[in-house]
Amino acid sequence: MTRHDKQFSGHLLKPIIAANPIILNVLGICSALAVTTSLSTALVMSVSLIVVLGFSNTLISIIRNHIDRSIRLIVQITIIASLVIVVDQILQAYLFETSKRLSVFVGLIVTNCIVLGRAEAFAMKNPPIPSLLDGIGNGFGYAWILLLIGAVRELLASGKLLGQVLLPLEKNGGWFNPIEFLGLPPSAFFLLALLVWLVRTINPEQAELAEQIEQKDKSK
Amino acid sequence: MIEILLKSVFSQNLALAYFLGMCTFLAVSRHFETAFGLGLAMIAVETITVPINNLIFNYVLAYGALSWTGLDSVDLSFLTLIASIGVIAATVQVLEMILDSYFPKLYQALGIFLPLITVNCAILGASLFMVERRYDFSESVIYGFGSGLGWALAIWALAALRERIDESLVPKGLRGLGLAFILTGIMSMGFAVFGDLKFG
Repeated sequence: MTRHDKQFSGHLLKPIIAANPIILNVLGICSALAVTTSLSTALVMSVSLIVVLGFSNTLISIIRNHIDRSIRLIVQITIIASLVIVVDQILQAYLFETSKRLSVFVGLIVTNCIVLGRAEAFAMKNPPIPSLLDGIGNGFGYAWILLLIGAVRELLASGKLLGQVLLPLEKNGGWFNPIEFLGLPPSAFFLLALLVWLVRTINPEQAELAEQIEQKDKSK
Repeated sequence: MIEILLKSVFSQNLALAYFLGMCTFLAVSRHFETAFGLGLAMIAVETITVPINNLIFNYVLAYGALSWTGLDSVDLSFLTLIASIGVIAATVQVLEMILDSYFPKLYQALGIFLPLITVNCAILGASLFMVERRYDFSESVIYGFGSGLGWALAIWALAALRERIDESLVPKGLRGLGLAFILTGIMSMGFAVFGDLKFG
């Protein structure tokens, strides 16, 4: 692997664990919590976000030298909003049921801080291809957390995964007594808290890094 | 009406039941004072933007809404998203200018939070829910105010709790973010209990 290749794969892999947007920077968790009641909604949401993030990073990076600094936020939001509308229309056309269940959350990708954050922090300063990779990498960093929480919640709350019965329920003659609490909103907070705890225990630098960010906030 | 208000404040609280505005919610709840300012700004902006978006949706964007111009079957509802965010950004900008010139004291207290609010998904979320649930104008005023108030209550409570709990000994990895999630989860359970309240 040449140095150049390594740099490219770094853009793609770093955001997945080491600089994960959800765990380290607490970005974009609104949707992370809301769409994880089942695996299928989490899956659709992840794919939508990866697509939007990849395209928005690439497009913004292509025109980065032509955007005036004072209007950059408006330009970025317009680009992102247009991409989200396209994704939303496609979902309504081909996956109507899922799009109904996702309700307003696909639209809310516009204000998902990961998208705007990456546009601002990375795409405005880097050429298109690294930006595309950075977008996709961050998208996957977001996706695996969403899918993990979605899978845990759906499996333990209803005994199913993607609609397939894995743990037969007691009331249907099986043995599994579902934890209905996991289908309710508060459970998402607890699961994410446990996940943050786990990652920060395995990876203590991350806790320290986060503390440094907090210290910086305080001194502001 | 009362039901819409109570629902938007408690059982359908934007922060605790729909997880909207979470990024700001967790980032700004470290100190009670700043959280208080943000809560007030949030109430103001929600109360203004949701009704404006309601008017725009009903008279410009919805199917057949343009009939007053002679265009009967034009459906611009796919533009809802981009129109809402435009309205929000513009309103925040105007609000900032008005506060700056007429209420400098209030501006100093809220000033830094107003731009933050533009990209807060709770604001956009409230407008989108308003469209999805087909509220009429007066309902949208109540809903806007209620959801702002609910969000503010939630962040005030969390900020107060976090200031206290910062002093206690908790496992290192759980400190800060992890603990904030657990507190929010417990609060979310508390707010959900009000869902059974019935009036009228």
